[in-house]
Amino acid sequence: MRAVRNWSIRNARWIHPIYAAFEWFLALINPLLNRIGYERLDKPFAAVEGLVKGFLFDSQSCGQCTLGSTGLSCPMNCPKTLRNGPCGGVRQNGGCEIKPDMTCVWVKAWEGAQNIGHPETTIQVVQLPVDNRNKGRSAWLRALRERLGETP
Amino acid sequence: MTFDDEPPIGSGYPILPGHSSPGRLERILRAGHFAVTAEIAPPDSADPEDVYARAALFDGYVDAINATDGSGAHCHMSSMGICSLLTRRGYAMILQMSCRDRNRIAMQGDILGAAAMGVTNVLCLSGDGVQSGDHPEAKPVFDMDCMSSLAMFKTMRDESHFMSGRKLTTPPRMFLGGAANPFAPPFDYRPLRLAKKIEAGAQFVQTQYCFDVERLKTYMAQVRDMGLLEKVFILPGVGPLASAKSAEWIRNNVAGVHIPDSVIKRLAGAEDQKQEGVNLCVDLIQEIKEIPGVSGIHLMAYKQEHRIGEIIEKSQALNGRVPWTPQATTQ
Repeated sequence: MRAVRNWSIRNARWIHPIYAAFEWFLALINPLLNRIGYERLDKPFAAVEGLVKGFLFDSQSCGQCTLGSTGLSCPMNCPKTLRNGPCGGVRQNGGCEIKPDMTCVWVKAWEGAQNIGHPETTIQVVQLPVDNRNKGRSAWLRALRERLGETP
Repeated sequence: MTFDDEPPIGSGYPILPGHSSPGRLERILRAGHFAVTAEIAPPDSADPEDVYARAALFDGYVDAINATDGSGAHCHMSSMGICSLLTRRGYAMILQMSCRDRNRIAMQGDILGAAAMGVTNVLCLSGDGVQSGDHPEAKPVFDMDCMSSLAMFKTMRDESHFMSGRKLTTPPRMFLGGAANPFAPPFDYRPLRLAKKIEAGAQFVQTQYCFDVERLKTYMAQVRDMGLLEKVFILPGVGPLASAKSAEWIRNNVAGVHIPDSVIKRLAGAEDQKQEGVNLCVDLIQEIKEIPGVSGIHLMAYKQEHRIGEIIEKSQALNGRVPWTPQATTQ
């Protein structure tokens, strides 16, 4: 829902730290997750993640979440699924070239990144193309394992 | 003009120290000349003569030719086909490659094929959405985006391997380019976006049509303050508008083109609107040329390619320099 999505971006300043704290919490309980097994947990995790992020951010569950560096604006909502910034077609009123009634996902990302602070460090990271095998899988577990230096 | 080490048609120039490509465009820009590039109108036909005839309109006025890749998401002859034909005649080509119609497997294959045919410049674009073209029912691919495709080609060129890690025996020696649109929101992010493109691999950028010089000046000043001018060549886009009515139509229907009211007023007030469109383009080039940090101009004279000679001559964009022509090498 666009209203919720836009609310999340407006409030990115405090939602983002909570989100980061959640990642920290996952790292804390990692021994437990590891014992249960990441593969076994992937489906239930992906389901919960899809619901939460779907509600808050209209997340499209690409499995390689980049919300932290896009001001909590899910780039997969861009009709061109651009993950590295706005295209040249943004309308003068900030509307999307393809869906004129929707504000450009990257105009929102720039707003959200500024709300979080230090936009030049987050939004400027060149994002590699998605690994399409990860679609529908849990990005939380993936990020956790990457953070712990494992190959997911 | 030719270089001292001008190669025969079909071969590249020796790659100079600090250069990435064996191409003419990189030579011209790095030598500090004010460069002119132009978009060729791709034919809706399979006849090579259509391509040669359209390219000949640019002879003596243009340093490199952009072959568009289904621009506006309309079908035309492919950019690859046009580049293939024109490199055989010695033209310096800029292969436009959009991410709309092909995935990473096709793109990496295409860049090798293009380099093998003598294409030395590639312009990495995301591409117009399929919805804006004549096949809105098509499947948009967008496996990559302009930024990640730049990074991918840079890796192929500099590290000589595919994304998968598999080695290349000869890497594609390409001068890498991207597009910029200083005239679309979010304005304060646009300079940062250029920095990101440079980080990804862009060595030159061509911009969307500029009809708002003040906006461009602001952008160039920001870019200069960020120290980006040492890292990238910027060629603002220009082109003649056919009439006030067509300007109005472009403003409302072509994504990302910003035309101020003053421009439409100027055209509407003219007796010969078509000529006024050309005059306006000449004026814009002269103004843009004076902006510090501008390395050249990129002409997009849609359906008015035959007027490019007049525009270049009147604007004195080339300062009397005559770019390479097919005759220059054969003589």
